[in-house]
Amino acid sequence: MMTQDVWEVIWLSLQVTTVSVAIGMLVGIPTGTLLGLYSFRGKRLIVALIYTCMGLPPVLVGVVVYLLLSRYGPLGALGLLFTPEAMIIAQVILVTPILAGLTMSAVQAKERTYWETAKSLGASPMQMMITIVREARGGIWSGVAAAYGRAISEVGAVMLVGGNIEHHTRVMTTAIILETRTGNFTAGLQLGLVLLAISFLFNSFLMAGVLNQMRSRRR
Amino acid sequence: MNRVEVRNLEVTYGKRTVLALDRVVFERGGFYGIVGPSGAGKSTLLRVINLLEKPASGQLHLFGEEVDLSTLSYAKGMPLQRQMGFVAQKPSMFQTSVYDNVALGLRYRKRNRAQIQALVEEALELVELSHLSDQRANTLSGGEAQRVALARTLVCEPSLLLLDEPTASLDPYNISIFERVIQTIHRQKHTTILMITHNLPQAKRLAQTCMFVNNGRIVERADTEAFFHRPHCTELADFISGRMIC
Repeated sequence: MMTQDVWEVIWLSLQVTTVSVAIGMLVGIPTGTLLGLYSFRGKRLIVALIYTCMGLPPVLVGVVVYLLLSRYGPLGALGLLFTPEAMIIAQVILVTPILAGLTMSAVQAKERTYWETAKSLGASPMQMMITIVREARGGIWSGVAAAYGRAISEVGAVMLVGGNIEHHTRVMTTAIILETRTGNFTAGLQLGLVLLAISFLFNSFLMAGVLNQMRSRRR
Repeated sequence: MNRVEVRNLEVTYGKRTVLALDRVVFERGGFYGIVGPSGAGKSTLLRVINLLEKPASGQLHLFGEEVDLSTLSYAKGMPLQRQMGFVAQKPSMFQTSVYDNVALGLRYRKRNRAQIQALVEEALELVELSHLSDQRANTLSGGEAQRVALARTLVCEPSLLLLDEPTASLDPYNISIFERVIQTIHRQKHTTILMITHNLPQAKRLAQTCMFVNNGRIVERADTEAFFHRPHCTELADFISGRMIC
């Protein structure tokens, strides 16, 4: 692969992963927070579904999204198959349950400790929710790290719905597969190392941000 | 207007009734000690008054406002909640500085920055912890954390202060500071105080009126002197003398 191509692949990987995780956060974190804070009829079923979906096989997600977006599928008219948008849809389906499930666990763990204290201090329902989410932020960021790790290293679903098209939908994981299949193991390993480095940098920034936030004082 | 009154209160856990009171009144500015064996329903009474637990039935009259405790929603109970303060036996500190912990209730009430700073500094001075203002609250000792919890409650200037065995796990030094602070607040601000304690000398030292709770009922209530020296019921006499078998 040419250097220019490598940068293109890295850039698309980062774009697809970041957008997927951002959308997943928008849906998963509020869902997990509500599930962690409130009890209602049907909650057990929703929680069981979320836990099941946390281990969704990526290939299965790929097939389902492929069928939905294929020309004769219900969303075929959108013309999204083999585009980065299709890859984002598949990844959002994969990461949202992870974000919701881990947020719920983190919030539940803190809810027991802090609900009474915050209520006694006169928190409104919204202030209560914000307080508990703030206390659970370490666990929530762990969920974000797990979701980012899953999204950036995902291959099955993005290969199916993206098609690994050069200059269009090729990302690092699908490029590694291509290089390996063509016998270019060195390039495959180099891309793998870049993938690892990105994951390491992302988690380091995340950890630094969380620690900094936890140390900060808002006088 | 000048009282806290709980009427027709019944708290049940499953089929078991843990608290059943026809009527109990606490006058504004009074200091009430609540004693009784473990599991008698003392903490439940305070938690119900503080709207932390919903009873099967009961009405609360708090300085002129009347609510039905069994149907009260979180949002509707909030204005009442903000007139009360609660300190539990084990304080839970938020993962931030001591300053931010004490400021939290004021931030909930949307006080401005300058007011918050002045009030928090005053409260920390009162509990003799000004020097720990910047320290992370989860690194404090048990005694310091309990004093921060007291400052965090008092900074909101509650009309009713509910204390659930707040000194049970403190050393004598921290107990003396804690007692001095609540006595000062009671004297200067006429805060109504309800304090559960297993420390009978402490109840004698602090409370004006004492109540003996047993099996979910208030068995005896009298001014502190009479309560300890001329108990009417044998249950209380046995409890005070240490003969009660729970």
